[in-house]
Amino acid sequence: MNDDIVQITFFTLWVAALGTAVILPPGILLGWLLARRSWPGKTVVETLVALPLVIPPVATGLILLKLFGRRGPLGGFLENVLGLEIVFTWKAVVLATAVMSLPLLVRAARVAFEEVDRRLEDTARTLGASPLDVFFSITLPLARRGLLAGTVLAFARALGEFGATVMVAGMIPGETITLSLGIYQHVQLGEDSAALGLLGISVALAFAAVWGSERLLRKRPA
Amino acid sequence: MNTTADIPVLKARLRVRRPGFDLDVDLALPGRGVSVLHGPSGSGKTTCLRLIAGLERAPDCAVSLGDTVWQGETVFTPVHRRDIGYVFQEANLFPHLSVSLNLEYGRKRRDRAGLVDFDHLVGLLGIGHLLARAPATLSGGERQRVAIARALLSAPRLLLMDEPLAALDARRKDEILPYLDRLHAELDVPVVYVSHSGNEVARLADHLVLLDQGRVIAEGPATTLLSRLDLPENLLDEAGTILDGQVTHHDSAYGLARLAFPGGEINFVHPDARHGQPLRVQIKERDISLALDRPAATSIQNLLPVTITSLADSANPAHVRVQIDTGGTLMVACITRQSRDRLGLRVGMRLWAQIKSVAVLG
Repeated sequence: MNDDIVQITFFTLWVAALGTAVILPPGILLGWLLARRSWPGKTVVETLVALPLVIPPVATGLILLKLFGRRGPLGGFLENVLGLEIVFTWKAVVLATAVMSLPLLVRAARVAFEEVDRRLEDTARTLGASPLDVFFSITLPLARRGLLAGTVLAFARALGEFGATVMVAGMIPGETITLSLGIYQHVQLGEDSAALGLLGISVALAFAAVWGSERLLRKRPA
Repeated sequence: MNTTADIPVLKARLRVRRPGFDLDVDLALPGRGVSVLHGPSGSGKTTCLRLIAGLERAPDCAVSLGDTVWQGETVFTPVHRRDIGYVFQEANLFPHLSVSLNLEYGRKRRDRAGLVDFDHLVGLLGIGHLLARAPATLSGGERQRVAIARALLSAPRLLLMDEPLAALDARRKDEILPYLDRLHAELDVPVVYVSHSGNEVARLADHLVLLDQGRVIAEGPATTLLSRLDLPENLLDEAGTILDGQVTHHDSAYGLARLAFPGGEINFVHPDARHGQPLRVQIKERDISLALDRPAATSIQNLLPVTITSLADSANPAHVRVQIDTGGTLMVACITRQSRDRLGLRVGMRLWAQIKSVAVLG
């Protein structure tokens, strides 16, 4: 049983970290595009990204299941061309947590970029920095605290994801069980004490993540 | 103004049409010295500067410096590939970098930057002791000096300054102006300087462009332009007549210097002028008085024989403005209408201009 708890804890941390890492580049890019550029379809993309925040997680999970299932448009392609099986594997857990965390990251990134003074970017351009150079030498460092806080938030959200995960990854012991799925399963089976153990770990991890994020936000830059 | 043919000239044709704003300006500015764009707010000064820099882009514009075309019908060089320096109203120092990293920022991104001696420029702007500091710990004046050094260290072929002193209080302004004078004297980078302050115009401008509502209303060497009676009075009121000349004498016991300018000599208060030093002085129009006969036994040190070349009314009905020729230089005096009538002043009259030495700003 103890081995079980350790395995579940590390698996949860691992998928949450991987899910967050996967969305980091597109999430930051999207946040920047929303903050700094106007382009056709911006509102549509904005709405689509925010959708997982408002529709039931289980519904998001069902959409993912339909998209990535063997007979789904994306799932079929991935399996036939790349030999990748997604649903009901650990990859589906990563997928679900990534999709559920993306809105939080994009929102945080957008706010972080909007808070960077454009005049500093203009100044950098007049000093010979190309747009990409400006992004990496000025914009990104100045937005770093907001981005870090957003990342921690996305990670914390990923740690607790349940609804979408259970739909698209199922509850396969040793394969797709995360802390939240584990708690649910133990309660279903009447194993309340085991559920309480997982609960304690969940609370501790969430506490650490939120506390870290608050600290990052509060610290003023030098 | 020593414009010669081999100096690159900044040419700009700037057209912008926006709701409520219409800019149509053609500039040909000398490739040496300071050209000041002056005008009330909303006259389009800053937009001109941003278009020249490429920070804003509008069709129908053309910008070139010497042989280098930055914008033309088929050309648009992005900002970062134009060899410019830009000093904004705010210092815009990068808050996550130390002062020295701020200074290095442009320096390591421009090939030409090796042309500028880091230590010399840092010394010129008096920021050597600030290098290790964080921008947030600097005073407003220090920040702006760092910003100016940062722009110059990238070895720009053209320095654009957008009201660099406007955000500072009077004391900070006075702290920076001497540094600008030194840069002006020592560096060979042409400067386009946007300002709505007549004082800055008088102090810095070699060439002057007056803008109003997106149009050029007058342009020319600053000394000539500031003696014209048909220009906005508030500018002349603040700027006054400027005299460019050379120090011919300095009396350290009395703290007085003498300046020779085309058409005369003038004494003024200066603690440490060197003989032969080129200097500019400024005389406000209300500090010049006129007398028909040469006054004897007066405390006023400067008596110049002049001829009246023009008379004009003033916005203030009690004032008139008199343009006088010292025999090579035109000045403007502001006197009361009553004095004009009492003395019977008219164009062509010869008389004496009296200027108090303490009123000559050096």
